[in-house]
Amino acid sequence: MADDANKVNGAEEAPIQERAKPDPPGYFEGESMTRRRVFTIGAQALGGVAGAAIVLPAVGFAVAPIFHRGKERWEAVGPVSDFVEDTYRQVVFTETEGIGDAGKTTAYVRKSSEELGEDAGKFVAVSNRCAHLGCPVRFVEAAGNFICPCHGGVYDFQGKRIGGPPVRPLDQFQTRVRNGQVELGPRYSVTNQMEPVRARDPGEFTGGIWEYLYPPRPSTFPPP
Amino acid sequence: MPKIPVPKIPDAVVPPPLRKPAKPGAGGTPKGQAPEGLKTSPPERQSHGDKLLDRGKEAPIDALAWVDQRLAASGFLTGMLYRKVPKGTNWFYTLGSATLFAFIVQAVTGVFLAMYYTPSATQAYHSIAHINNDVPLGQLVHGMHKWGSSVMVILIFLHMGRTFFFGAYKYPRELNWVIGVVLLILTMTMAFTGYLLPFDQRSFWASIVGININGTGPVVGPYLSDFLRAGPELGATTLSRFYAIHMLLVPGAIIALIGAHMYLVVKLGTTAPPWVKTERPKGAMPTAELEAGANGKGRVNGNRVNGAPVSGEGNGASA
Repeated sequence: MADDANKVNGAEEAPIQERAKPDPPGYFEGESMTRRRVFTIGAQALGGVAGAAIVLPAVGFAVAPIFHRGKERWEAVGPVSDFVEDTYRQVVFTETEGIGDAGKTTAYVRKSSEELGEDAGKFVAVSNRCAHLGCPVRFVEAAGNFICPCHGGVYDFQGKRIGGPPVRPLDQFQTRVRNGQVELGPRYSVTNQMEPVRARDPGEFTGGIWEYLYPPRPSTFPPP
Repeated sequence: MPKIPVPKIPDAVVPPPLRKPAKPGAGGTPKGQAPEGLKTSPPERQSHGDKLLDRGKEAPIDALAWVDQRLAASGFLTGMLYRKVPKGTNWFYTLGSATLFAFIVQAVTGVFLAMYYTPSATQAYHSIAHINNDVPLGQLVHGMHKWGSSVMVILIFLHMGRTFFFGAYKYPRELNWVIGVVLLILTMTMAFTGYLLPFDQRSFWASIVGININGTGPVVGPYLSDFLRAGPELGATTLSRFYAIHMLLVPGAIIALIGAHMYLVVKLGTTAPPWVKTERPKGAMPTAELEAGANGKGRVNGNRVNGAPVSGEGNGASA
């Protein structure tokens, strides 16, 4: 193409033949790229825009749930008098709606204890989701510990890890009292110092530098 | 090993030489084969019925030739099906085909399972129970799909082991090894996403553990598990998401990559087992130089080329 253009130019403008040849060949005076290149790049850019117009919405559609936070959900699990300080009571409530029993989860609830350095008059709801890989832990009354059946994770009365593979204490649920009923709310995780942080998935460390290596997800609720 | 007599292949099946040009006007026969009638004198006069019978006999061939004339597939198929394989090729070389067969079984049974399955959190379990208990042969088809998935994973690893221990991943077949690894990952994705679909206790908890293992990856892990679950908790959308990945996204990728995998196998040929030595004629150059010469750009720095000779006799490698 470039050569043809030169020939045509040369034939038509014979007197100006001695004018400096375009260098590199095929470039006309004042042009920085050949016309073919302009059209090639232009066509590819248009194709890219058209492709992006299809692909980006589709990808966004698939990844949107990462950025979506559902409605905060509170559920009453029993009157205040049901719960005591020195042991847990097992309650089952719905964490995810619309999938029947699969959306239910188990929590162990007790009154907060000043002996353990907790604020008086509140309620503690410990999730039964093991902080190792998410198996359901069980509160063993005789030992006063939470024990995971899958890989032998053990947690103390407060839910702090005391043995096995888990990487952090058990998650907790926000609690409040409404009309004399204890209500459980969104899940949150705690650090080894029992400081609340946004909910993490099992297997993810919390606190310190881990807050950056396992960043909080936009789909979770802020901690209390 | 005692030599087993090889049965004679019937003449009709043996393809003609590859580059023999077709005779003009010989359209009704396979490429390169002139009909007998053209070589000899015209046949005796036949009755009308005989002619019809002959035409009828040739009709399937004519139809095939009509397609082949437009598709030009016979040359490709002949080259692929009758390609040379190296000396020493043995039963271990069938593991790849076995894996492909396992995949086909999965694809076929999966299509039929999809006719009865409902990817909904509240109905999935009951639809599987319906398949197992009520649908004729449902338990068999479901069982083939369920156990076939394990068979496929096992076969992949055996195939991979064969490739590794025979050195068949070396130049020029590295890309095929990489494609194979991607296929392995995709198969694992299939196994993982398929496990949730019955939506019983076992599959539910197994998926939770699997997703949480994904979540332990630093920085991207939490987002990856959110992506898999379609939210912070395993829910109704998780099931339909896994279903879509299991029967639309990954199978397409697997089929495409199997095509690329097999194209490279046919193009590059298979390797000889490592215990088969390259045969060298008397007074010929040392192996390395021989290969360098045959290959144009072979490696001459080593005295030996380990394992898989690139251009050994009859392995069909194209330099």
